[in-house]
Amino acid sequence: MRQRFEIPMPVRYLVNGVLIVLLFLLGQFMISAGILSSYFQKILLQVGVYIIAAVSLNMATGYLGQLPLGHAGFMAVGGYTAGIFLKNFPIKGLPAFILAIILAGIVAGIFGILIGIPALRLKGDYLAIITLGFGEIIRVILLNIDTVLGFKFTGGAAGLMGIPKYTSFPAVYICVVITCLFIHTMMKSRHGRAILAIRENEIAAESCGVNTTYYKTMAFTASAFFAGVAGALFASYLGLLVPGDFGFMKSIEILVMVVLGGMGSMLGSVLAAAVLTIVPFALQSISQTVADYRMVIYSVLLIVVMIFKPSGLLGTYDFSLTRIIEGLINRAGIHDGVARKGEQSK
Amino acid sequence: MSKLIPMPTNNLLTERDVDKPPILEARHLGIDFGGLTAVDDFNIAIGRTEIAGLIGPNGAGKTTVFNLLTKVYHPTRGTILLDAKDTAGMNTIQINHAGIARTFQNIRLFKNLTVLENVLIGLHNSMSCSLSESILRLPRYWKQEKEAKERALELLSIFQMQDLAKYEAGALPYGAQRRLEIVRALGTNPKLLLLDEPAAGMNPSETAGLMENIRKIRDSFHIAIMLIEHDMNLVMGICEGIAVLNYGKIIAKGTPEEIQANPAVIEAYLGKKKEG
Ligand SMILES: Nc1ncnc2c1ncn2[C@@H]1O[C@H](COP(=O)(O)OP(=O)(O)O)[C@@H](O)[C@H]1O
Ligand SMILES: [Mg+2]
Repeated sequence: MRQRFEIPMPVRYLVNGVLIVLLFLLGQFMISAGILSSYFQKILLQVGVYIIAAVSLNMATGYLGQLPLGHAGFMAVGGYTAGIFLKNFPIKGLPAFILAIILAGIVAGIFGILIGIPALRLKGDYLAIITLGFGEIIRVILLNIDTVLGFKFTGGAAGLMGIPKYTSFPAVYICVVITCLFIHTMMKSRHGRAILAIRENEIAAESCGVNTTYYKTMAFTASAFFAGVAGALFASYLGLLVPGDFGFMKSIEILVMVVLGGMGSMLGSVLAAAVLTIVPFALQSISQTVADYRMVIYSVLLIVVMIFKPSGLLGTYDFSLTRIIEGLINRAGIHDGVARKGEQSK
Repeated sequence: MSKLIPMPTNNLLTERDVDKPPILEARHLGIDFGGLTAVDDFNIAIGRTEIAGLIGPNGAGKTTVFNLLTKVYHPTRGTILLDAKDTAGMNTIQINHAGIARTFQNIRLFKNLTVLENVLIGLHNSMSCSLSESILRLPRYWKQEKEAKERALELLSIFQMQDLAKYEAGALPYGAQRRLEIVRALGTNPKLLLLDEPAAGMNPSETAGLMENIRKIRDSFHIAIMLIEHDMNLVMGICEGIAVLNYGKIIAKGTPEEIQANPAVIEAYLGKKKEG
């Protein structure tokens, strides 16, 4: 019988590792050679931030099957945590930035646990309502905390100003890679399978002994953690945070990316995040009025996709370079030799 | 055919299992849904290696009994002893950990996942590598994934399904889906396996194969099996003890021979066809 050729694991990792490094070098080269103007560099950084936001939301929607409506709230928590930390931490530079990103993730993650445990214990769509409330509460608190309680650290409506700007292409790139790797490896383990089982059929998952509350909270917390990381990068990219940046519409925008890309497809989230971040800039350069109707265009797009391809543009398909190589080798029929060699060694 | 021996609690136990406590004993179990008493005064004992049957007309409350035993519903009355331990206060997950696995009348597979992944989720608790070990791909992750995959394929081979491992579970034909549910349940390493209409939708030759395999599973895993089934050839062919449920109450218990000769059972199934 003909054996299907499969690239062995170490080679697979090597190929992907090389690809990741090459892509990074390409980006670095384009920036240092001046091919990307500072305007495009700015867009690129935003793309990275939204990739992290979308990929992390996909964890809760696509993989866990919940509908959180307050993802921007977690970004706000992370952003303000990082901003306040960076402004007040005595040491400056890269160590402070790394600490700020981790801290932002942890604080957002803690909020994720606090909201997730009560909301996810209940069956049904409570999470949507609770996260919707959470996002708005965070925004209102950030807006009013300075005037109500007299603290002077969030800047209230005027915003948190003077955050050191450390967010660079390498920083964003590394964060994107870590986020994607973390989520990918998590999903390809017993923990990830447990999360998918909950999405597929909660009662069956329970009957298989999967601790559903635990895994729902785990997925939701991981989702919040990386939203916090995205928030931190965003804060140190702009240098200025305004509560309005993290309103309900921002949560919806991220959700649109996930839904358009295909719920449960990481590649879909990445591509949709990139396209939907770039599109507004492109529209702006065409005409401001078109840009103003962005949300209308999104809504129409969303409806069209839901009608013609409800699973999103990519469904649950995920990109794998090694799989493509395998496919080509198998089709070319080169694999017979390889397979036979494998049999001999047994 | 093995004989059924009455226990002190008046429940019947298969002769070869009498020296050990029953794997499951239900006493005066009951549940009300609002005003409707779906199950009432349900008493049963299952021997550690018994194949037991639960039969009765549609709507009698058979599936509800399974839902009570697995705590999908919480009983209004009565006790359930699993391996001589009271299961009061346990939830569905803990019941599975304690040793009950089940299938569903309306199949509940993880449809968009592969056949292999379905079984791997059944094996979830037999694996122990932590989240950090998984993410860092430490040796224990590779070892456990490999072992779990081998175990899953071995379990699938009970039904000659190992070649279907990479297919999406939802794309399988009906009969194969039912068999996959059994395999997934076996993955959780149960002491008692509950099968809710395992032969529903199968053709006679599939049913005959299933019958053989249920017996084979009991013999090789040394577990107890309780099944709900309408196919009387299957029930009378493999069950040692049978309970008949009608309107939520047990109307007869005994060996297949006793059940077949019981006038109350014959009446519940055949007689008294009231209009309206
Ligand atoms: N969750 C529920 N709420 C209300 N009634 C229920 C519920 N589950 C089952 N029942 C009722 O209990 C009775 C027994 O149902 P079931 O156990 O499914 O029967 P069987 O499996 O023997 O065909 C039916 O009358 C059904 O309507
Ligand atoms: Mg039923």
